[in-house]
Amino acid sequence: MKAMLVHKLGDDISTDVIYPGRFMATVLPTETPQFAFADDLGFNTLLKSGKVAPGSVLLAGNNFGCGSSREQAASCLKGYGLIIVAQSIARIFLQNAVNLGLQTVVCPKIEGVEGDEFEIRPTGIVNLTRGGTFPIVPHAPARQALIDAGGLIPYARNRLLQQVGQA
Amino acid sequence: MGATLAEKILARASGRPSVRPGDIVEPAVDVALSHENAALVINQFREIYQGTGLEAKVWAPANIVIVFDHRVPAESSKTATNQKKIREFIAAQGITKFHEIRGDEGGICHQILPENGYVQPGQIVVGTDSHTTTHGALGALAWGIGATEMAAVWALGLVPNVEVPLTIKVVLDGALPRGVYPKDVVLHLIGKIGAQGANFRVLEFHGETSRAMSTSGRLVLANMAVEAGATAGIFPADKETFRYLRDVAGVTNPAPAMLPDSDAAYEKACEIDVARLEPQIACPHTVDNVKPVSQVEGTPVQQIVIGSCTNGRLDDLEVAAGILQGKKVARSTRMLVFPASGRIYREALDRGFLKTFMDAGAVVMNSGCGCCLGIHQGALGDGETALSTTNRNFQGRMGNPNAAVYLCSPATAAASALTGCITDPRKGDSL
Ligand code: SF4
Repeated sequence: MKAMLVHKLGDDISTDVIYPGRFMATVLPTETPQFAFADDLGFNTLLKSGKVAPGSVLLAGNNFGCGSSREQAASCLKGYGLIIVAQSIARIFLQNAVNLGLQTVVCPKIEGVEGDEFEIRPTGIVNLTRGGTFPIVPHAPARQALIDAGGLIPYARNRLLQQVGQA
Repeated sequence: MGATLAEKILARASGRPSVRPGDIVEPAVDVALSHENAALVINQFREIYQGTGLEAKVWAPANIVIVFDHRVPAESSKTATNQKKIREFIAAQGITKFHEIRGDEGGICHQILPENGYVQPGQIVVGTDSHTTTHGALGALAWGIGATEMAAVWALGLVPNVEVPLTIKVVLDGALPRGVYPKDVVLHLIGKIGAQGANFRVLEFHGETSRAMSTSGRLVLANMAVEAGATAGIFPADKETFRYLRDVAGVTNPAPAMLPDSDAAYEKACEIDVARLEPQIACPHTVDNVKPVSQVEGTPVQQIVIGSCTNGRLDDLEVAAGILQGKKVARSTRMLVFPASGRIYREALDRGFLKTFMDAGAVVMNSGCGCCLGIHQGALGDGETALSTTNRNFQGRMGNPNAAVYLCSPATAAASALTGCITDPRKGDSL
């Protein structure tokens, strides 16, 4: 799958930066995207302009999504169809992303600049613009099972029906 | 090879004789905590039931706790409407552990749970709040989850697909020097292992300092475990745990302690001699940017905050009031105090701490999250700096991306209020 890098961030990007606390009363996935990176005016405006194609890459350093468990931080990015590529991702954000179906790729050595084209393969990311292949850390089996089920809602629905069937 | 405390609790809750790191388990939940973000949990909960033909009923109303704390009283009509929707859901589902916006029973969820005896050793506690790690102070395995995961918990009574985490053994030894508090210890620990040093791991606290620490202090360490990325922070239950449960939380028949095996397999150990620590400060904009107070002393601050689920308890207010007694907050700064719960507020009132704060010029706010997460009450102006006893200093956390937040203990905050600059609390009486 080919994807363009549209925005590059540093380390320790917290959920307070991704989705500032003052917008937390907004919960609907149809409404959260407008507040994605609300305090980063340039990126927020770019996202809202409609010029970012779904399937574009947001590239981050280590510990992306650290901090608060607010799920809006994942839902707002999913609203734009972004793929999160990061050197590492904080646990709760990663779990929320998996639960909601926001695509995430952990790629510890990834290199690239805005405008680069990536090819995301099952085992690594190729930077088509600059060259280089960077290995991916696969999802842990517990999370892969949820991705395969289409996210946590369908997974939980199935488990619920199983529970009722067993009763 | 023996089991760590997290492994023991996960095995018990999953009905297995034992578990190992990497195993996938689905532990039964004892306590499921939410605050105002229950509004989103409710939506996702209903979504799970879509098309099943089943009535959307929570698995066990008695195991669910909902606390209004993040935006109390409501700062906007939108929040007030969310709170109304949550109240209607609570009534319809028969949830009784609901803490309203009230002066007697209200407060921050991570204070409400322990002080009401909702958490006991060996339990599984999950909450739609990252600082749910707090409850590990009582020997429970407690971690933060997202709203959709909580919806699944409400439906199923278990946490789906949990990977058993590795455990890091944290050994704290030595006596705390004068002016050094549990907050300084945990800031030092986070600085040492880094903001993601414990990502996907549990911190299990040991050593003579941990054993000598009051539950109130343990709550500070477990609360901030997540700032090192930890899934959970946990203290093996001991005499002090049961004293707290009996005397403070009013639990007459507590669950027995679960303890790690003496030959438990830890990923690694992290040892700290607290006797050598000086007061610590987390500098902007990451919690692991920690320096001894001597390196940042004299930095002017325009707002001092004492409160939050980290440091808004009675002993915190007592230390701060002791420093401020008969003195004045410097004119160049403002000081806000948020007791962590209505009960603490009342006790601080009875013991005269609130009077001391007010006489000093501080503003005493209602209990709740207050300005900790920058929604309402106490936002910072452009270019301003705050010194706070809360747990996060991320850019924008206190409501303004063009402001800076430093984190410290209540003693350092109170001493700094007198000077308007970051000040070493050990200077005490000379201030
Ligand atoms: S006081 Fe702050 S950290 Fe604690 S629960 Fe409230 S917002 Fe979260």
